[in-house]
Amino acid sequence: MSAPETAAIPHLPGIERQEMSVDIACVGFGPAMGGFLTTLSRKLMNEDGTPHLESTASRGMPLQVICYERADGLGFGVSGVVTRARGIRSSFPDSDLKQIPMAVPVRQEKLVYLLDPIGASRRSFALRVKDRVLRTLGSIARLRDHAFEMPFTPSFLQKHDGMIFSLGQFNQWVSEQITSSGLVQIWPSMPVAEPLIQDHAVKGVRLADQGVAVDGSPSDGFMPGMDVRAALTVVADGPVGAVGRQIDNLFGLPPGNQQHEWALGMKMVIELPENTTLTPGTVLHTFGFPEPEIFGFLYVHPERLASVGIFIPSWMRSPVRTGYRYLQHFLMHPYLWRHLEGGTLKSWGAKSLQESGRHGEPFLVGNGYARIGEGSGSTNVLSGSGVDEAWTTGVQLAEAVIELLEQKKEFSRENLEATYVRRRRASWVDAESKIAANSRNGFEHGVVTGLIGMALAGFTRGALSLPSRPQSLNKATSSLDAMYGSRISSSELDGLKKDCAERGLALHDRIMDRSGWPEVPLDGKLLISHQDALLTGGSVQAAPGYANHVIFVRSELCKECEPKLCVEMCSGQAITRGEDGVPAFDREKCVYCGACLWNCRAAGDKSNVEFRAGAGGLHSTLN
Amino acid sequence: MPFHIVVCAGIIPDPLQTLEPIAGPTGPALKNEMMLPAVLDPWAGHALYEAANLAAHAPGSKVWLVSAAPKAKLQQVMMNVAQKASFELVPIDVPANGFTDAQAVATHLAQAIQSIAGLDRSRLLLFGGWESASRGAGVTMQIVGEQLGILDQFQGVDQLTLQPDGSFEILERIEGGRHMLSTCQGPPALLGWATGNLPEPRNNPQVGMANMRTIMPALQKAKPATLPQDALRYHSVTPPRQQRQTRIVKDRPAEEIAAELFQWITQE
Repeated sequence: MSAPETAAIPHLPGIERQEMSVDIACVGFGPAMGGFLTTLSRKLMNEDGTPHLESTASRGMPLQVICYERADGLGFGVSGVVTRARGIRSSFPDSDLKQIPMAVPVRQEKLVYLLDPIGASRRSFALRVKDRVLRTLGSIARLRDHAFEMPFTPSFLQKHDGMIFSLGQFNQWVSEQITSSGLVQIWPSMPVAEPLIQDHAVKGVRLADQGVAVDGSPSDGFMPGMDVRAALTVVADGPVGAVGRQIDNLFGLPPGNQQHEWALGMKMVIELPENTTLTPGTVLHTFGFPEPEIFGFLYVHPERLASVGIFIPSWMRSPVRTGYRYLQHFLMHPYLWRHLEGGTLKSWGAKSLQESGRHGEPFLVGNGYARIGEGSGSTNVLSGSGVDEAWTTGVQLAEAVIELLEQKKEFSRENLEATYVRRRRASWVDAESKIAANSRNGFEHGVVTGLIGMALAGFTRGALSLPSRPQSLNKATSSLDAMYGSRISSSELDGLKKDCAERGLALHDRIMDRSGWPEVPLDGKLLISHQDALLTGGSVQAAPGYANHVIFVRSELCKECEPKLCVEMCSGQAITRGEDGVPAFDREKCVYCGACLWNCRAAGDKSNVEFRAGAGGLHSTLN
Repeated sequence: MPFHIVVCAGIIPDPLQTLEPIAGPTGPALKNEMMLPAVLDPWAGHALYEAANLAAHAPGSKVWLVSAAPKAKLQQVMMNVAQKASFELVPIDVPANGFTDAQAVATHLAQAIQSIAGLDRSRLLLFGGWESASRGAGVTMQIVGEQLGILDQFQGVDQLTLQPDGSFEILERIEGGRHMLSTCQGPPALLGWATGNLPEPRNNPQVGMANMRTIMPALQKAKPATLPQDALRYHSVTPPRQQRQTRIVKDRPAEEIAAELFQWITQE
């Protein structure tokens, strides 16, 4: 057997690695993998206890399926989940999904435009006019607490028949169902470093080395990552997962596809005050504040818990955009604060969302591998829904795998195309992704144009859309002068940059202060410092013995790069300004949101950040 | 000499989560405990790692892990623990939480140990945590030992060293931050471990796969058991008061940081 081709990870020479063979190796446990393993595990055995699908890796045994997850627990995912749950419900026709902790059916849904009560938000002339009109009309326009409740929620956004979930609780519940069968193994705390590739086929995965120093060199208790060989590798490691991205780097994307649109989602789970009037099942979608480009949400769970969060899109051009402080200002908007004041932060988390949708779809299958979930471009960027779509792609792949195994066919690209991809193309997931495909056109020209484009695509079910497509990431960021020149003079901006560089601080706080954003009055309960949110809300941990997973590839490019968006947008303040101009990375604070990856502009359109497999991260199951 | 090492290990709600005591219908409980992820009690974890290490140095030895916990939670915990050391699980499916009676839990543990097929009492080393992260009674292991008639008991153990004649030396923590050195002629013996000296083992996928071949069937067969509801009555339950202040300082001497920490800790 020839040695596997390497993907991107530098290898330690002369290291002998253990090998293990299974039938199906799975990477990443989230909704997509939940759908895959739920469906597959139900078909592994016959009713008489004999294997229905037999292993070729271990003769006489049932199919050997093993799943590796980077996080330390299977419930440490992050998402604000309101979903129609069509795919999920069809997988559990006899289960009451309300039994899942924090789950509740959607009872009421509102779309709310938030005006700026502070005057610090960067609003276009058109928006300022609109705000002025609304304020003038006041109660006639049903303006209340600086917010305008839209008279209806567009049909393409509606989740009226859906469910609110906590992704962490949902994943935990699903994993219990799967593993209780004893037929499938799911291993947390086990990052997968890379795919094993031979002759342009994926032959399995290599697990991350353990017992290494931060630079990856062997240290105490060195244990080389094992090679797990498999006939099929199922890749569901999300939008910034190491395996999916290495496959993309090697095989490229289908012609015309790109992954230029991203967003950072940041959320809190808040225990509402005892006298809250919010009822479980309430869903609020917001836009307009804290910046026009930032969308927000508030979902009310049972037990006085609420998920509250924002999305910061890549087309928000600010080079000093940040998540945490904007989230705090979002909470304090009068329309929300009347419900949240007196609440307590229970959990916090952040993640990147791949928002290119259908345009960002990679090759869904190849010889020996298949892609499911968000990393496969399944998120619907019009309805803002991803969990149910991801789940359904997992179900579709499982059905395809069962079909191929029953027919004793190999997992070739052609066979997976004819089974998995065919199912996906014939499904509602694909039909709706076509409608959504161009719905983001226009946002690069501003939020108003973008909303018009979204409405056009949504109301015509994709028949019409604005012609333009979002620009490449590199072109989507303005200079500091262009963004803040009307408020802060060039010389003052230069002074702020210099001062922050000398003091090793991120710029965004200073810029926001100077732009009129008030200081956040920390109350020790809900409004707490970023680091406190990280440590008490996210309970971020990093087990020793793993290498740094964020690598700045060419340091000379980082030295020249200003402002350093990787520092500004780091959700956990894990990336800071290094003394020599190269960002410093502290893996003990990293929440694996991956924002550094797609925010990096140092190498033009190609990221100078390598986001490898790592262990640890968030330790909260409420998100 | 090969040993038969039985590790008694409870599980606890992940201490990294927000733990909030409430008055439940059957006594004190943690709010939304079933929503919280569970971990192996860290004191028992040290015992397990020591057991695995001892077994590795005494060929032919075998390790069992006996745990009384809700089955679903135990299954969750096994996904992490089973990668770290080879053992056979003996699960007892009980609705245990941090407020159960040590005597009742110990009785279940002792009965489960007695029912382990092939367990050789002349080779038996009973390991467990000296303390528990869920409740500080620290008596469960002692009661298990008493019920099994094991007379040689050591608590607060930090080190066990095998001797050429088959005996072993044991370092036990005693008052004043010191250790007491004892010699034990051999099994059966009970060792309640303190922290030991071993790091947490690396995750080994092959160990995990091998363990799971016996763990999942054992969990599926685990019979539900009950704990008496009225064995204990709690007058009040209070979580440790948490206080957190964050400040970033750079280039400050360690002595100054230590002094400030001391002042902060002792200010109330």
